[in-house]
Amino acid sequence: MNLRRDVFQAIADPTRRTILLLVATQSLTAGAIASNFDTARPTVSKHLQILTECELLEQEQNGREIYYHINATRMKEVSDFLEPFRQLWDDRFNKLESIMKNYKPKK
Amino acid sequence: MEQKTRLTAEDGKQEYTITRDFDLPLDLLFRAFTESDFLEQWMGTKVLKLESKKHGSYELETKDPQGKVMFRANGTIHELIPNRKIIRTFEMENAPVGVQLEVYEFEPVTDDSSKLRMHVIYESVEKRDQVMKFGLVQGINWAHNRLQEVLNNYKK
Repeated sequence: MNLRRDVFQAIADPTRRTILLLVATQSLTAGAIASNFDTARPTVSKHLQILTECELLEQEQNGREIYYHINATRMKEVSDFLEPFRQLWDDRFNKLESIMKNYKPKK
Repeated sequence: MEQKTRLTAEDGKQEYTITRDFDLPLDLLFRAFTESDFLEQWMGTKVLKLESKKHGSYELETKDPQGKVMFRANGTIHELIPNRKIIRTFEMENAPVGVQLEVYEFEPVTDDSSKLRMHVIYESVEKRDQVMKFGLVQGINWAHNRLQEVLNNYKK
């Protein structure tokens, strides 16, 4: 399994990005995270599992509950040069798209 | 929202892949890469030469408002299949990162949308990482230059 590629697939998903935002400031249980979504609990569990597998989230046992918190080191590594590079191309291609739209034949 | 531009750059590999969905007919997307007027607009650089054909070559250049050359690049086109594929080299001049091989694959999605897959290969892992970091600086410079031009025009 290549971790870096999986990390990118992980953060490409909007639900998973929201989960990362939720746990960015505090540790939360799976139940507390799931309560923020309309989707079924097993779906959220699946997302948590993916995020944990690629080490963006860490689990912490606290009594009977498992809390999830963000792995700051891993997040930093991801955002340091890959994400800005992706955004550079995203900006370039957004520009391409908006310029070329002007040349679309009028229907 | 699902990202329109996706980057895959695995650790320890000398390549990366970018895929992007465009709300543009395939034909228009392809022309953005093969016609100077279009390339200049979205890349924000002057096109000194662009022979969009097999064995053709190209040269790009960006100057600052004082006429100093900020960026120069060139390459050779190895394959060009209209609306399907471009294989070319790209070399940034005065930059110690060598030549990169670029494979662009174009495909239609609907009449009004299309997809691009861009596969870029470097001489070494180190060079790829260097370009990805340097590319950022370059991108910021370009944006800055454009802003500068706009401001200069505004002043006149």
